[in-house]
Amino acid sequence: MVIPVLLGVTIIIFLITRVLAPDPAPVVLGEHATPDQMQAWRQDNGLADPIWLQYINFLGNALKGDLGHSYYTGAPVTQEIAARFPATIELAICAIILASIVGIALGVIAAVHKNKAADHVSMLIALIGVSMPIFWSGILLIIFFSGTLHVLPSSGRINPLLEPTGGTGFFIIDTIARGDWEALGDTLQHLILPTVALSLYSMAIITRMTRSSMLDTLNADYVRTARAKGLSKRIVNRKHALRNAMLPVTTVIGLQFGSLLGGAILTETVFSWPGIGKFTVDCVLKSDFPIIQGVVLLVAIIFVLINLIVDIVYAYLDPRIKYDTKDEG
Amino acid sequence: MSHNNLTATATMDGTALPVRKERRESLWHDIVDGVSSNKASLVSFWFIVALAVIAIVTKLFPQVLPFDPYTQDLSASLQAPSATHWFGTDIQGYDIFSRVLVGTQISLTVGFAAVAISLTIGVILGSIAGYKGGIADTVIMRIMDMMLAIPSILLAIAFMAAMGKGIEKAVIAIGLVAIPEYARIVRSEILSIKENDYVAAAHVIGDSNFAIVFRHVLPNVLPSIIVRATLGISSAILDTAALGFLGLGVQPPLAEWGSMLGIGRQYIFQEPWLMFFPGFAIMLTVLAFNLLGDGLRDGLDPKSRKR
Repeated sequence: MVIPVLLGVTIIIFLITRVLAPDPAPVVLGEHATPDQMQAWRQDNGLADPIWLQYINFLGNALKGDLGHSYYTGAPVTQEIAARFPATIELAICAIILASIVGIALGVIAAVHKNKAADHVSMLIALIGVSMPIFWSGILLIIFFSGTLHVLPSSGRINPLLEPTGGTGFFIIDTIARGDWEALGDTLQHLILPTVALSLYSMAIITRMTRSSMLDTLNADYVRTARAKGLSKRIVNRKHALRNAMLPVTTVIGLQFGSLLGGAILTETVFSWPGIGKFTVDCVLKSDFPIIQGVVLLVAIIFVLINLIVDIVYAYLDPRIKYDTKDEG
Repeated sequence: MSHNNLTATATMDGTALPVRKERRESLWHDIVDGVSSNKASLVSFWFIVALAVIAIVTKLFPQVLPFDPYTQDLSASLQAPSATHWFGTDIQGYDIFSRVLVGTQISLTVGFAAVAISLTIGVILGSIAGYKGGIADTVIMRIMDMMLAIPSILLAIAFMAAMGKGIEKAVIAIGLVAIPEYARIVRSEILSIKENDYVAAAHVIGDSNFAIVFRHVLPNVLPSIIVRATLGISSAILDTAALGFLGLGVQPPLAEWGSMLGIGRQYIFQEPWLMFFPGFAIMLTVLAFNLLGDGLRDGLDPKSRKR
């Protein structure tokens, strides 16, 4: 299923950027460009060919790892994306970790204390989390923590003077590898607000899912049996209920990682975070379609791969699925 | 035997004709029951009614607004909230309170219009996929899978990049990206509904596929569609605001909450009220539709009722 879906994504994004979109030549070259100049530019960028040939060329090049060149900088799309990709992934990973930890904790607390104050508070947080625009929560965090308290930076990824050069591009890893604790501290400080802003929506979804899933397992016969045989409530909740409740939550966490990549576009814009999200918005405003194609394709690949990983993890966590597999083998 | 004959025959024993009326009444009853039995949902319903009233009144009688939301007053630029300007003013001296009120027009219009697009196309595609099955099902649902592999906001941004900025284009982009959600719901419901005896009976009496889907199948999918559409409006309002914030959606000087936030961001530390009120309006509106959707789900879909 992975290959057909990705192939379909290339068709969708190709149709949007090459068929639906107007001719980019006047936008890129400016209104003073002559028709000859525009035609020459179209030929240079492969836009003068019939649309089906453009698609075949795009697909053939994409399979070789060539996603074209930016209309403006002329740099390869892969290079432009690769330069910004670690920033986005680092932010998204931090956000999904935070969302998972807090979301699962709130969901468990809500389920165990069903219909009590803790449940209502957790659900209220979840409700606000799904209703708050991601960019507005970012703005409020900046106003409070940067503008009022002056305790956290409001933009950027790191103090430019401390920026690690070379390395993986993942500043947490790079600064730890070099033992540069000052840069690590600065990286973490810059990460806090965007991470919180980006994680709120996913946190809310994970909280709701965990609560609902925990309530299902807490009412299951095996949990009642475990309690009846004298195990403490805490052990039953942790070892019997939570473990089984985690199955659907795993799927939700996986899906949320995909949605975080969408949310990153907004968070990165609010926090001037130099990742692919902010870059995409800049390119959309300039009609730099090769970059948009590349970003959408990359995000779709990540999304599809995560779904695949979630399926595998699900099979690992659910003994019944493993048993079926063995049986069939 | 035509469908009308069946209805007439059945009417004689006094059962079949009231069935459709009963079903409609029952659906209406479930909606009212679901919303009124949940306090938060009921409050949200009246809040949304109030928003709709504000949108209509400010459109028809703009003179009720304290200031014209589209008249600049540079002498009153960037004023803090006061007795004159309750929510302050922006850089061009626009009264934020008036613009937040007028913003309901765009948010509600875009929310409902975008959902109308995704609902119509999604229901048609989901019905064909679920009812016809076979190759139509495979093709339609694979296309839906492909669309779902791209985060909706990213897909909407790609559409906006191609179509250009503006409110109509935002409606289309937001409407298109939500199609798969409706198509999937309708398809999965239809797959189970079409196995029912009454659908087989309709086949036997010679009803066309079109008639069966519209008369017997879709009315039973309606509860799930109503719940999804209500929640869909909140997503559409959020996406509209996001596009406006990024400068890709509704363009200034039109009063749209997201674009007001986008413009105000330049004065984030000096004039935070520019950020606070439009954002609060978005959150309350989205929250209201989410809570209403929860209440409707309780009433219409007892299986997924929140415990």
